[in-house]
Amino acid sequence: MTSSPLHALSGSAGVGRRPAPGQRHHILSVLVENKAGVLARVAGLFSRRGFNIYSLAVAPTDEDEHFSRITIVVDVESAPLEQVIMQLDKLVNVVSIDELSPAEAVERELVLVTVAVGPTERSQVIQLVGVFGGEVVSVGADRITVMLAGRPEKIDDFEGLLENYTVEELQRTGRVALPKLERH
Amino acid sequence: MTGAQALIKSLEMQGVDVMFGLPGGAILPVYDPIIDSSIRHILVRHEQGAGHMAEGYAMATGRPGVAIVTSGPGATNIVTPLANAYMDSTPLIVVSGQVATGSIGTDAFQECDITGVTMGITKHNWLIKDVDDIPRVVAAAFHVATTGRPGPVLIDLPKDISNATMEWYWPSSVDELDLPGYHPVTFGDPVLVGQAVELIAQARRPVFYVGGGVLKARASEALRVLAERTGIPVVTTLMARGAFPDSHPQALGMPGMHGHYTAVTALQKSDLLISLGARFDDRVTGKISAFAPEAKVIHVDIDPAELGKVRIPDVGIAGDCRLVIEEMLLAMEGERPLVQDLAPWWHQINQWRERFPLYYEDVEGGPIKPQNVVEQLRDASAEDTIVVAGVGQHQMWASQYWKFEHPYTWVNSGGAGTMGFAVPAAIGAKMGRPDRTVWAIDGDGCFQMTAQELVTASSEQIPVKIAILNNSYLGMVRQWQEMFYEERYSEVYLSPDLPDYVKWAEAMGCVGIKAETPEDVGPAIEKANSIDDRPVVVDFRTDAREKVFPMVPAGASNDDIVVHPDQLAAR
Repeated sequence: MTSSPLHALSGSAGVGRRPAPGQRHHILSVLVENKAGVLARVAGLFSRRGFNIYSLAVAPTDEDEHFSRITIVVDVESAPLEQVIMQLDKLVNVVSIDELSPAEAVERELVLVTVAVGPTERSQVIQLVGVFGGEVVSVGADRITVMLAGRPEKIDDFEGLLENYTVEELQRTGRVALPKLERH
Repeated sequence: MTGAQALIKSLEMQGVDVMFGLPGGAILPVYDPIIDSSIRHILVRHEQGAGHMAEGYAMATGRPGVAIVTSGPGATNIVTPLANAYMDSTPLIVVSGQVATGSIGTDAFQECDITGVTMGITKHNWLIKDVDDIPRVVAAAFHVATTGRPGPVLIDLPKDISNATMEWYWPSSVDELDLPGYHPVTFGDPVLVGQAVELIAQARRPVFYVGGGVLKARASEALRVLAERTGIPVVTTLMARGAFPDSHPQALGMPGMHGHYTAVTALQKSDLLISLGARFDDRVTGKISAFAPEAKVIHVDIDPAELGKVRIPDVGIAGDCRLVIEEMLLAMEGERPLVQDLAPWWHQINQWRERFPLYYEDVEGGPIKPQNVVEQLRDASAEDTIVVAGVGQHQMWASQYWKFEHPYTWVNSGGAGTMGFAVPAAIGAKMGRPDRTVWAIDGDGCFQMTAQELVTASSEQIPVKIAILNNSYLGMVRQWQEMFYEERYSEVYLSPDLPDYVKWAEAMGCVGIKAETPEDVGPAIEKANSIDDRPVVVDFRTDAREKVFPMVPAGASNDDIVVHPDQLAAR
């Protein structure tokens, strides 16, 4: 989750498993008023109605910070998408909802990983980060922290390859998404 | 002007004539300007009473009910009415005091995060942090509570905000309410309305499935025109009793778990359900996968989220019931035929009516039958009497045996099933409609939950009438234990004499009357109806063995409706 001026995330929305490749998930891009408790209202609604959230990212959209955009990856196995959208739309602080199907959206995510590295692993990990187009963001005596931004599947692959090393900490942001632009 | 004065002035600007409440520390500043206000304040004995009174007021008048409480326990005591109003879409405005803004989050005395607590049971709520927001938030609260699908809202007002000063203003339009995400629907999509009219024209076994939304939309007249234009039978759910007159030849009564046999079965065998402001509640549908299996569905609801929530409609129209019905009538102009020949359908319906009317066994010299009390009350009361019920057997008998001829004459707790609703709701209804007789039909279990509000009624001179169908049991639970738990009665016996209801009534400033035998019933009602200067409580000692029939057992299909044992031969 990106840093957010929205107040505390109270009420636990069902945070489900990662959508497997090909599994039905949808991205909701929800424009909300940037007011106290709005995130709690959104999360509470998902929890109350039994809808599962896979990931969620929040940040203000404009300079005045009147509005925020919440990008929610919804597990549509848990409830019909129309119900999720209709119920969300009833929240007074929700201004608009765009549904982005994975085929019609660009999705990006960022991951930070701290890996324990001996002298031999250090260069291997740095090389791997280079291949994926990531960055080394912090270096210690016996571990390094690296960053990678990209499509969620790419992050999955990167995470998979890092399993050969000792991952001390790993933090993903959850996806953000916007509609794909038409070519013509 | 102080924030407290601005709050009261804002309520006056909204046309509030009465509010129900109980003062305390955090709301103290607001109680001072109440002395000088045109708004009548009814001092309740428990905040739950204030909430249900405001609900009763709203259900009887169509205007939003207003309740005012202090922080902490004052606010949590009104959580049940908020939940109740949310389930039944009742416009309710609750103002709660809150500790000073600087103390919020410190576990201060009588602090409670009431906006957090009520998030899931209000349409919206506000914590005011700037005194200048008060008029705008009050105006927004009334707008949200009363438009679209109505519902309860809560305004949490910290004590320092009440004491702060501001320049008075009043928002001149909805645009100034700062509600960028709130756009309730009104008119239905004409294309969908056209499709609905087409489906109606093809149906051979159509039924109007009418819910509380028709009352909220003030659509009873429009419904009557539509029903008479098409000749289609009408069922009215528990929340819609009175939306269509029970004496009308097309009225089949109430569907659902304890509905009229004909209403339940007509829905079940229908080939087209025209649902108007109803939400396919489990108490109506029974086992949902087996509900009206051959029916196509037209679903009209002002809340788009209801369309397809439970049953996928063939035509789903988001819109206000009155406006959509009027659009349907317009679309029917010149349509020929409007409907198929419904004579075979009516023939079938009339057979059910004849074979399975409401039935109970009244034995000469036996105990008082609760159904008989309702029938005698009904026959001795004016047609426009407002009937209020709690939750349980007495509620079902009231809904079954009363004849509702006018909208807004039935006040009860539907979706939430809140025991103890009747006494305070009756007081609120009487405040809203002082010209009407208000009879609460209550159970002994329900009565004991909120009876103390009769002290409020006596001291404020609100002459409601309470009929306790006293069977000395939590009767509906007893019925389930009898039918589904091999008569193993667990914690349902209450005693007919403890408390002594007559003495209790008298202690609360009411007239108390006891009816022990069937011969007592008529005179007791006559005496109660003759008293108009104070509340009356009648303790009817009814047969504890009496069960509510018909009954669709929980989770069963409506095809498996259980009738009174004496009617089995007719099946």
